[in-house]
Amino acid sequence: MSTRRFALIAFVVSLLIAGVLSWYASSSPDGLEHVAETTGFGQTAQEHATAGGPLADYEAKGVDSGRLSTGLAGVIGVAVTGLLMGGLVLVLRRRGRSTPTDLPEVEPAERG
Amino acid sequence: MHVPDGFLDVPTSIATAVVATAGVAAALRGARRDLDERTTPIAGLVAVFVFAGQMINFPVGAGTSGHLLGGALAAVLAGPWLATLALSVVLIVQAFLFADGGITALGSNVLLMGLVGVWVGWFAFRAARAVLPRKASSVPLAAAFGAFVSVPAAAAAFVGLFAIGGQADIPIGSVLTAMLSWHAIIGIGEALITSLVVGSVVAVRPDLVAGARDLLAERTLEIRQQVRA
Repeated sequence: MSTRRFALIAFVVSLLIAGVLSWYASSSPDGLEHVAETTGFGQTAQEHATAGGPLADYEAKGVDSGRLSTGLAGVIGVAVTGLLMGGLVLVLRRRGRSTPTDLPEVEPAERG
Repeated sequence: MHVPDGFLDVPTSIATAVVATAGVAAALRGARRDLDERTTPIAGLVAVFVFAGQMINFPVGAGTSGHLLGGALAAVLAGPWLATLALSVVLIVQAFLFADGGITALGSNVLLMGLVGVWVGWFAFRAARAVLPRKASSVPLAAAFGAFVSVPAAAAAFVGLFAIGGQADIPIGSVLTAMLSWHAIIGIGEALITSLVVGSVVAVRPDLVAGARDLLAERTLEIRQQVRA
């Protein structure tokens, strides 16, 4: 399998998980929330600073259908995460390449 | 496992932010050495897959759910430095876009999932690899072990932070017991998902799996044939 094909499949699988499988995710509190409630520190949680944001709690504001709203939020999240991480590794790689690769251990020296 | 604002006091949150920043800075340096034409696409895909996987809460009983943390998965696929960066990117996106994990708790969440989850997962994976036979089928098994261990480890780390800077006066023993027992169950889900994903990638492109690359030097010819197909 070529790397391009592998990447395409992995990306589509991620999109399907975030965009479709997410409809079926459990809405029960997660382990930490549950422990916080049962042991008694749940009430110390504060309202999130961006709780009113357009994608808060994985719901796209203004989309009526719950499934569509969650799915859209998931797809946007996948795209933003991919762009950020992709951009980061490309920048890191370009910077890494500017130091001679055939001479290992040169990069610490230039930092002084 | 995402810590909201308010669970931990301000000094603790500042301290975790400092530790997280130092960890990410080290990861930026470490990752630069790891990046090549194979790890670059994998790093991006790992971040994307972990984001997607963390959306899927699975029930673990008594009205409680868990979701993939992805630290061990990311470390086995992309190496621990890139995994720390991938988890940090995911946590930043979640905190700022999805109101998942507090903004003042971002340092705590990077520390718990991007550092503890990733590195405990990675070293447990390496330890399991060291005792298992040197063959490709050991990789998903070792990844499962790393994943299983990483979840209660992150939970225990949270309890440590809570003991230092928790905003409620609760006996720490009961928090520790509850956190460890729930996250041991969640760890089973983490192990299942991780071994399934790592096993799938090892089956089609073992050369893309950072935690399997040392096995490939011994079977270069076989790989070439697969790549061409």
